[in-house]
Amino acid sequence: MQYDLTVDNITKNFDLFTAVDQVSFDIPSGSFFSILGPSGCGKTTLMRMIAGFETPTSGDIRIKGDSVVALPPNRRNVKMVFQHLALFPMMNVQENIAYGLRCRGAGKDEITRKVGEVLERIGLPDSANKEISQLSGGQKQRIAIARCMVLDPDVLLLDEPLGALDLKLREHMKIELKSLQHEFDTTFVYITHDQSEALVMSDNVAVMKDGRFEQVGSPQDLYHNPQTPFVAGFVGDSNRWSGKVKDVSNGIITATTESGLTLQSKSATGDTVSTGEEINIFVRPEAVQLHLGDEAAQLASAGSGLNHMPVTVESMLFNGANSRILVNTQSGERIEVDLPQRGEHTTLRNGDRIGISWAQSQSLCFRG
Amino acid sequence: MNHAQKRLAFLLLFAPFFLWILLLIVLPHIGVFILSVKEKVGMGVYEYGLGNYIEFFNEPVYWNTLLRTAVMSIFVTIVTLIIGFPIAYYIAKIARQRAKAGLFLLCLIPLWVSDLVRSFGWIVLLRETGIVSSFLQYIGIVSGPVEFLYNDATVVVGLVYTVMLFMIVPLVTTLDGMDDSLIEAGFNLGGSRLTVLRRIIIPYAMPGIISGCIVVFMLTAGSYLTPILLGGKNSQWFTEQIYEQFITRFNWESGAAFGVLLLIFTSITVWIGLRLSGQTLSSTVAKT
Repeated sequence: MQYDLTVDNITKNFDLFTAVDQVSFDIPSGSFFSILGPSGCGKTTLMRMIAGFETPTSGDIRIKGDSVVALPPNRRNVKMVFQHLALFPMMNVQENIAYGLRCRGAGKDEITRKVGEVLERIGLPDSANKEISQLSGGQKQRIAIARCMVLDPDVLLLDEPLGALDLKLREHMKIELKSLQHEFDTTFVYITHDQSEALVMSDNVAVMKDGRFEQVGSPQDLYHNPQTPFVAGFVGDSNRWSGKVKDVSNGIITATTESGLTLQSKSATGDTVSTGEEINIFVRPEAVQLHLGDEAAQLASAGSGLNHMPVTVESMLFNGANSRILVNTQSGERIEVDLPQRGEHTTLRNGDRIGISWAQSQSLCFRG
Repeated sequence: MNHAQKRLAFLLLFAPFFLWILLLIVLPHIGVFILSVKEKVGMGVYEYGLGNYIEFFNEPVYWNTLLRTAVMSIFVTIVTLIIGFPIAYYIAKIARQRAKAGLFLLCLIPLWVSDLVRSFGWIVLLRETGIVSSFLQYIGIVSGPVEFLYNDATVVVGLVYTVMLFMIVPLVTTLDGMDDSLIEAGFNLGGSRLTVLRRIIIPYAMPGIISGCIVVFMLTAGSYLTPILLGGKNSQWFTEQIYEQFITRFNWESGAAFGVLLLIFTSITVWIGLRLSGQTLSSTVAKT
């Protein structure tokens, strides 16, 4: 397998603080790789080391197999789209894109041809002579990418470039970035704290916390099989309880939460858990089903394989397709549940008594 | 607040500025201009005419002095820019936040003493029996006392020292507003240090550079004490010429004409500078 970027056991210390702690990963050619983590987790430092703006304390970075740690930033074929894009305000679009080519010593004809080509590819063929201030947010984004892509980089780094855009445009740009990556067929490394950006666009996502990678995997993998409590809590939303194991049989763990709710779940990591251990249980709002009227009454006889309980509606959080409902169990636990907007739940009111259920396999537990 | 009150508030706030401009700038200049186009034809008899200006162009000493002043001022401006730019870059981009204020203060210190005291400071250092001369004799580099005063180099050094702050402040302000990622992007896209400086940092700082240059050039061309005290009789600064017409020769008409000429000449130089650099007054000095 050909790797465009290999990071080998890299560490960065600032005085006494360790920003990046022994991180290793490989990125196959032509894939979209995201590093997802909360602010301060070291993802920006990691990216700046790849670009050459920071020197690693130890470890190695290889691009297409060759170590680049000793190379200055301007000699690495890694280009970067900055958080605020860093388009040069005193140059127009054409000059911005031509800058890198001119640094490389390209001739006039070649520059004109390549700038024209790249503008065509990003769908802005007529904007060569526009000033940067005349562009919209989305256009600036595309010019910033074109400015890098015209140099045929081995790896393109993107440092939360969608952060400054408004919501609608951000949603649009997610799809556009993905299709640009296909178009250029270059390895993209995308840094973000926004899980939806990472999940939508990436082939692989690394979840980072306190300078270390918690888990690397496909978006589906991270979502369905989180390997640490942090990943389970950070990727997607979750209801979270801590409890004590009462019984383990056939891989099904029965545990009681602090307020006395009994839940059945399976171990997320495949580790065996023994009776009496402290565990954390995660259940996604979208895994929980609502049962109204007669259906709720029948839940008790629904049989095994399900967690089920009667609850009271506390409040509804309407947000279009992402609407949620907050319900309280009899023991006073609050659970967040997805509220599908297909019409069957329009009669729900605060204070209604309903039933909820979810499969045992949908509640994941981790050692506490 | 209703319309009339707003108007009143505006007038009251504007009045001091307006009076200052009118009484201290506009009226004196009109007076000087009227004076400059008067010619003395007899005892207490004056006629209007351009005689004073014609005299200026007919006498090479006069316009040579003006040209010399302009060339020296441009030279001082360039030297100030070359020395000031790295200092400003260090203050704006490299120094830590806390060190910035201290460094700024250091640049400000020369302005805490008056022009006169500052010039005498240079004299104490540079005269024949001064500190530098004595030191050089002491360590044996020269055998006799050396006179460092009264030459062009000393005038340039003294002027550069005096006006440095006025170059550094606008430069620091512009460079401070520059996002560091622009510089990083410059390197990331393959630029060498020189390319980044030439194609990104300097073009970005251009408004600050021009603004600093205009202020420094105006201050230098109009300065009087430093060239006189450090340059002595040889300094041949144009302001000295004006002073001589007014005070020594008591020829106010001619002095006034020289003043007007200095104003026109420096304005033209600034205008040419703006044209050459592709900047405008509103993009540099008046930038908010």
